[in-house]
Amino acid sequence: MTVISSTKNVEALSFTLVAEFDASVERVWQIWEDPRQLERWWGPPTWPATFEKHEFTPGGEASYYMTGPEGERAGGWWRITDIQPPYRLEFDDGFADEDGAPVEAMGTTHASVMLEDIGGRTRMTVNSVFESEEQMDKMLEMGMEEGMQEAAGQIDGILAEHSHA
Amino acid sequence: MVVDKVGDAELDRLFQAFADATRRDIMRRVAVDEYSVSGLAALYAMSFAAVQKHVAVLERASLVSKEKRGREQIVRGNQEGLQKARRLLDEFEAIWRQRAERIADILNEEKIRTED
Repeated sequence: MTVISSTKNVEALSFTLVAEFDASVERVWQIWEDPRQLERWWGPPTWPATFEKHEFTPGGEASYYMTGPEGERAGGWWRITDIQPPYRLEFDDGFADEDGAPVEAMGTTHASVMLEDIGGRTRMTVNSVFESEEQMDKMLEMGMEEGMQEAAGQIDGILAEHSHA
Repeated sequence: MVVDKVGDAELDRLFQAFADATRRDIMRRVAVDEYSVSGLAALYAMSFAAVQKHVAVLERASLVSKEKRGREQIVRGNQEGLQKARRLLDEFEAIWRQRAERIADILNEEKIRTED
């Protein structure tokens, strides 16, 4: 059971996910640090991500796009606000236009990732907050696309997971 | 943009409604009890008209319903609208659950390979 808990706060529009992995903190950090590994899990199988830029440093920027089943592209970017390898990563996450330039008007979410060693295994806590109040609506509208794609193909997995929780 | 559970315009209204602290506070209150608009206005350091505007935004997003009772406008939480908001967060949460599962798959794959 990978996902240990997830907490939603409807009023604050935030949620926290706690997952545990059978791997060291250093190994889980690589999953975030190495763009080729990141690409294997950031986008859903039907919308795989390609990271063209991945500056894993304070103030660094990442740029990626996800390719849909019909060849359509959805771009995104990160701006790293805090990074303390291999335990902590914080970044703003937003949408990009076709050239990879941030579309500021679309707003951002702020994600913080914490990795903890629990006896050789790793606990990962991801907290995601919708920050941009005025543009949050648009932001979610875009995020939904990804969510819907995933829900379509993998809803069975989610349900099975819930029933074992 | 294909969103088949909730329409785009609907989504816009919903998140616009949630994007303001006063509106979130109004939501919290009317979810458990009914209030008149003037009763709500007395709670905040802003004009009656400003509170009325907040209520109107919530109403457009179907998060509250308003009913005229005598000279008062009674505001009540709309459960259906709230459930919709919850469902949207569910979708977003599903993204992260799936990501965690994919990470686990990558790590496990590796383990199986090294054990071979």
